[in-house]
Amino acid sequence: MSVRRTAPAAVQPKEFAFTAENLAWAKAQMAKFPEGRQASAVIPLMWRAQEQHHGWLPEAAIRYVADMLGMEHIRAMEVATFYTMFLLQPVGKKAHIQVCGTTPCRLRGADDLFEVCKHRIAHDPFEVSADGNFSWEEVECLGACVNAPMALIWKDTYEDLTAESFEKIIDGFAAGNPPKPGPQNGRQFSAPEGGPTTLTDPAVYAAQSKAAAPQNTGPALTDSDAKKPSVTASNREAPEPKAPLSKAGADKKPKPN
Amino acid sequence: MTKVIIDGQELDVPPEYTLLQACEAAGAEIPRFCFHERLSIAGNCRMCLIEVKGGPPKPVASCAQNVRDLRPGPNGEPPQMFTKSPMVKKAREGVMEFLLINHPLDCPICDQGGECDLQDQAMAYGVDHTRYHENKRAVEDKYIGALVKTSMNRCIQCTRCIRFSAEVAGVSELGATGRGEDMEITTYLEAAMTSELQSNVVDLCPVGALTSKPYAFAARPWELSKTPSVDVMDALGSAIRIDARGREVMRILPRTNDDINEEWISDKTRHVVDGLRTQRLDIPYIRENGRLRPATWKEAFAAIADKMRPAKSERVGALAGQLAGVEEMYALKAMMTALGVKNIDARYPGSPLHPKHGRGSYLFNSTIAGIDQADAIMLIGCNPRREAPVLNARIRKRWRQGNVLIGVVGEQADLTYSYTYLGAGPDSLTPMIDHAPAKAQKPMFIVGQGALNRADGAAVLAQAAKAAASLGVVKDGWNGFNILHTEAGLVGALDIGFVPGEGGLDTGAMLKANALDMLFLLGVDEVDVPAGAFVVYIGTHGDRGAHRADVILPGAAYPEKSATYVNTEGRVQMTTRAAFPPGDAREDWAILRALSETLGCKLPFDSLPALRAAMYAAYPHLMRIDQIAPGAAADIQNLSKLGGTIEKSALVSPVSDFYFTNPIARASAVMAECSAIAKAAAQKLTLTAAE
Repeated sequence: MSVRRTAPAAVQPKEFAFTAENLAWAKAQMAKFPEGRQASAVIPLMWRAQEQHHGWLPEAAIRYVADMLGMEHIRAMEVATFYTMFLLQPVGKKAHIQVCGTTPCRLRGADDLFEVCKHRIAHDPFEVSADGNFSWEEVECLGACVNAPMALIWKDTYEDLTAESFEKIIDGFAAGNPPKPGPQNGRQFSAPEGGPTTLTDPAVYAAQSKAAAPQNTGPALTDSDAKKPSVTASNREAPEPKAPLSKAGADKKPKPN
Repeated sequence: MTKVIIDGQELDVPPEYTLLQACEAAGAEIPRFCFHERLSIAGNCRMCLIEVKGGPPKPVASCAQNVRDLRPGPNGEPPQMFTKSPMVKKAREGVMEFLLINHPLDCPICDQGGECDLQDQAMAYGVDHTRYHENKRAVEDKYIGALVKTSMNRCIQCTRCIRFSAEVAGVSELGATGRGEDMEITTYLEAAMTSELQSNVVDLCPVGALTSKPYAFAARPWELSKTPSVDVMDALGSAIRIDARGREVMRILPRTNDDINEEWISDKTRHVVDGLRTQRLDIPYIRENGRLRPATWKEAFAAIADKMRPAKSERVGALAGQLAGVEEMYALKAMMTALGVKNIDARYPGSPLHPKHGRGSYLFNSTIAGIDQADAIMLIGCNPRREAPVLNARIRKRWRQGNVLIGVVGEQADLTYSYTYLGAGPDSLTPMIDHAPAKAQKPMFIVGQGALNRADGAAVLAQAAKAAASLGVVKDGWNGFNILHTEAGLVGALDIGFVPGEGGLDTGAMLKANALDMLFLLGVDEVDVPAGAFVVYIGTHGDRGAHRADVILPGAAYPEKSATYVNTEGRVQMTTRAAFPPGDAREDWAILRALSETLGCKLPFDSLPALRAAMYAAYPHLMRIDQIAPGAAADIQNLSKLGGTIEKSALVSPVSDFYFTNPIARASAVMAECSAIAKAAAQKLTLTAAE
């Protein structure tokens, strides 16, 4: 960890403003909080500002969000400098690669990934590559230990990486053709490599009708319900949450975010 | 009340007390860095750890737990606290060791040395060696304004300064970026702080991270002689301590006075010090052929006497300025009376304030502490943030507690709290006359000088008094009709009747062209004196008054004399001499006494005690130092009988630049820098607003 500072003035944009779409979204976020507590929306708003601004958060955006929420600028700055997910310096245009460096990934070969980063992108984390397209950083656990080692690029995780497959991913981003997210060794999610290893005996299914018996030739799972590439993981195809059990809200459907 | 046992001593404390307060009530001393009585509780320094039986089995941060949260013993015994047990000592030593991991060992070059909480507490809880061999943390120093110097390696992140700026000053400019091991205190992009109370963070800082920039490396605390005194930069009369080395005033610090300033003072009060050294008048001057030349006292007095002899008493006048003490005004008045002169005044042109309306008509009747009880506050023609920042902090404190309505008639300025804006001109008061009584139990009017120092001042005051009557501002046990003064000397002047005698001219009339042949100015620098009159200026600084003067008599500034000042509440306070006037300058009352002899009307006192004895005989309430002789509620009713018609023009605060309100402040380079920064910030703000 090092001291987190805003980027030098030379690279800072003078002004920042949400696009119309993001502005509407921001208003909806702010409306979630009771009157006078709008400052609670500072993290989602700055996160959206970062997405809009090529993956890093300029000083103008911190100011813009603070003004929007009626906060003192320094209060928003405190938030932006605390959370490491807010990147205060410019990052690669095509990809900012966040490689997990926590114990399980390290044990499974994350060191090789860092070597790739150092050679292909830049020697130091947060340093933008010579062509300006890539940057990388080491992050703490991203919660995919069973698929270690892994890296996060924008909103997608790339798992079960090796130096070669990691290079391919970087190649894909460089060519503007990012590969499919998820495990890169043909594995289904966190299921065993090479298909199921248990309940493979057909006799187990003999009691059931023949039509229903699983054919263990294909993958055990499908990813129709998996996360869509470049969409946030929280944005899933799931049933709408139930309305709260109150008379006032009985006839009102909660708004999807 | 809850029974607790502290170090074996049983006592009753209110349940809302924190453990720290309870321990202090028991006489135990609790070390602390982050806790401060007048700020919210942060609980992050962990220095106040104590042992509690009936609490968690670990040391407890005593500042952040209430007595009511303690459990009794198994048989209902009262909870026990230990402040001196081995566990407590070990815990505090551990905390101190952590604090000192990154604290530099630069006490010999640190301005806080000798008055540093960390230094003092390390004497009790520090260990003499370190177990850490890694490099200490290095933090860049920040620019946060012209008054506060930072040395951020020393910061222990107690966050007192952040809490002060957010809570008391009301301008949240300081913040902690990079929370965690890289936490740093800074302003947004290292902009200068804009609060008028910002220097108080220097007092709050328990270490040497925030020190006074103008006082940097100037003196050590043990070299200074410390004199308790009273501030005259505004009409509050904040309690101050003047630290002097030799004959030079080195710095000014606040003293605690809960009735007035709690423990804050404004930046002007604190940093006007360098203005006491520059532009000083240290020798008499006489104007000859259009140029001022140095003279002796004898020559100066002779020049005045020459001009005085042919002058008719109707063509002679005397004005007293904002920094004049009651004693010298009394002496000047006595001298003028002896000369048969009726043209004396201390008020601004147009001001309707007059002792004939009763003392209640010109005081802050509810007292400053009364703001804490008010539940509705109406500010009329005043900007307390500029006129009396400490009072403004008090209003803000009341506002933070909630259930208070604040209305403003006059300037729509940023006062650090929200208010209902009712209009700019005095006609906004009209709807309040014949209004049903306010729902508030203790409503308060604060009428500023911006409403009074104008041609229709009397009418506006009458309007305000009528509105106050219909809204129930004055009732049994509560007098909420308040005049906020901006000048330290004016209430004292009104108290001793330093106003025109029967048929005499007031300030406005005296300042008309060719009204007078001879004019005595006792430290008057805020008005323009027209050409024609022979002007005798008694004062301290080469300011506007001295530039116009024909004879200059050098006087003593407020730290250089013992003088009485009556603050806006009517509280009589006395300054103490902390230094001596420079050169040939003398105390003002002594100058007037000597001058009176030359003019052939020798004043009947030869010493300050003799002057005071005479003054106390005439005005006995001035004898009761630090007390208030309250004004009568009926005086406010009389005010509503004042006539005149109001104009529609907006009420404007007389203080347009907080940093330049008097000759001492105008002579100060520090105040000039602050003023420039404030102007630049205001300009930037208007530019942004224009976009």
